[in-house]
Amino acid sequence: MTELSAHLPQFQHGQLTENFPDNHLSNTNDNSERRRHDNSERRRNDNPESETNGQPQNNIQQVVEQDEEEDEELTLKYGAKHVIMLFVPVTLCMVVVVATIKSVSFYTRKDGQLIYTPFTEETETVGQRALNSILNAAIMISVIIVMTILLVVLYKYRCYKVIHGWLIISSLLLLFFFSFIYLGEVFKTYNVAMDYITVALMIWNFGVVGMICIHWKGPLRLQQAYLIMISALMALVFIKYLPEWTAWLILAVISVYDLVAVLCPKGPLRMLVETAQERNETLFPALIYSSTMVWLVNMAEEDPEAQRKASKNSAYDKQAPASQTQNEDAEADDGGFSQEWQQQRDNRIGPIESTPESRAAVQALPSNSQTSEDPEERGVKLGLGDFIFYSVLVGKASATASGDWNTTLACFVAILIGLCLTLLLLAIFKKALPALPISITFGLVFYFATDNLVQPFMDQLAFHQFYI
Amino acid sequence: AFFWLVSLLLSSLIWFIAVKASDPRDEPLQKGLLIFGVMFSVLLQEAFRFLYYKLLRKAIEGLVALSEDGCSPISIQQMAYVAGVGFGLMSGAFSMINLLADALGPGTVGIHGDSQLYFLTSAFMTMVLIFLHTFWGILFFHGCEHRRWWEITAVVVMHLAVSGSTFCNPLYVGSLVPSYLLMAAAAAWAYLLSGGSAQNLRRFLLCKS
Repeated sequence: MTELSAHLPQFQHGQLTENFPDNHLSNTNDNSERRRHDNSERRRNDNPESETNGQPQNNIQQVVEQDEEEDEELTLKYGAKHVIMLFVPVTLCMVVVVATIKSVSFYTRKDGQLIYTPFTEETETVGQRALNSILNAAIMISVIIVMTILLVVLYKYRCYKVIHGWLIISSLLLLFFFSFIYLGEVFKTYNVAMDYITVALMIWNFGVVGMICIHWKGPLRLQQAYLIMISALMALVFIKYLPEWTAWLILAVISVYDLVAVLCPKGPLRMLVETAQERNETLFPALIYSSTMVWLVNMAEEDPEAQRKASKNSAYDKQAPASQTQNEDAEADDGGFSQEWQQQRDNRIGPIESTPESRAAVQALPSNSQTSEDPEERGVKLGLGDFIFYSVLVGKASATASGDWNTTLACFVAILIGLCLTLLLLAIFKKALPALPISITFGLVFYFATDNLVQPFMDQLAFHQFYI
Repeated sequence: AFFWLVSLLLSSLIWFIAVKASDPRDEPLQKGLLIFGVMFSVLLQEAFRFLYYKLLRKAIEGLVALSEDGCSPISIQQMAYVAGVGFGLMSGAFSMINLLADALGPGTVGIHGDSQLYFLTSAFMTMVLIFLHTFWGILFFHGCEHRRWWEITAVVVMHLAVSGSTFCNPLYVGSLVPSYLLMAAAAAWAYLLSGGSAQNLRRFLLCKS
């Protein structure tokens, strides 16, 4: 649904890792899925007339009569619900990042810069500093663009092994190495004595469970928690290693890039989405945050590829009992498809099943035992890159602002409102949308405005104890 | 919350410009400017509350048009309450959070001769403001709904009065007491407007059915 491109190969202690092309793709995946999801809602209007298999008669009539309104109302209702479903993880990620920044001083200490931002910002003149930061931002963005294009090319030429290997290495690094560093720093901050054996056990367990949850199957909440944690870790690394002006510039440029990459017909992300759609494939499982996973593991016999893919994804098997209650073959198949693929499959398949589902949810028809899936359970997806950049903004605000908590709070509210607006636009336009631009723009505006304008005002007010 | 934030932003912009355009060493002038900033901010907050009301009105109309049975899933009173709470929370957060953060650290309150009750009174003042914003939200929206302009002006005047009363801080009796009295009045008024009555209250308190 929303996209964010964050490519950031990292050069840390001599190790090169690419972490973000995935975010791009997962975002594009999101977009395609979300788009399909939304399109499927719209298509419900058309389907009952055209599809006769698996549709109980009474459903068809009611569908014909009330489809338009229901469609929009459902969109709005689910839109609101989806907003809430996304608020919570975004907030959690930001809270983790801010809490870490405030307590662990490691992440605010300047310990050098990434290789991707070679120009230092400690220069003598302001002009020199500005120039350096512009150059840094340019280098970073070009790296990101190159990585995205590379990924699109790999995907187009079906080099899935390479992509999967890349993803696995990135998540390995994040889950083991970065969390080891994080844990070490937290222990140092709180002066907790710890031995290597315990740490090894902890990190090993954390990492292995994380790999399993993210790349294979696992409880939904656990997977969501892991995704939030790795986003927070990545955001912390950015906050630490990006110098000030560079960071703000990068945020600004990346939201512009996101806008361009998703909406332009020749944009790499859009091409990726379209290719994925053509092939009816799921994109990379590891880097999308999904609020619900309604994968059916054993359905869809007609599509072996779907089955294979489905089994790869974490399954929260809510739908398994539903599959047994389906009494018509056609519906069973459709049910399988829609539940598995509503997030990743064609529009034409989704709506077939969404109608009885929506009947069930909206009209509470007791006869609809075909699917027990609530439309509410069709979750929203947001790319992890979005999480990361939101958290970078809020984290930087809390780390370096003179207004401190006021600024942090203002940026937080601004980002959430931006997210609301983006979701609203998504509900209206029903196509892939970039998640970054609106939120990051609001966030940046509020950061600079609060830091420079509101802060002195509030300071004076607090000093005199005036209240507004 | 967002709307309150935007109003704060604009009002501090105005204040900032005024300060930059004036002489920083002139103490009474600075204080005067601050007072002007506060008043302007209050007016701007109420203006934004009105804008928010307009926005919510449109949203309700949209929801009603789309709903199945012709009534919106959330009533205007609920929205008024939520709007008030949002305003209040944001205002409270902005007033208190830096104070709280500083309170975690070492220090002595009032060591330079200021009042020792600074934290306490700030806390009480913030609390009363949050409540007041909630009640003002209800009153304001009710006034807008039923076109009773005197209710709206009453809210604005109350807000100005409360902010103005804080000008006599650190003479806390001058600010806290009137604010609490106003809050009680606003609470009663909002309760009555929302459909409550003395009977309801008695029934609730005595747990009658």
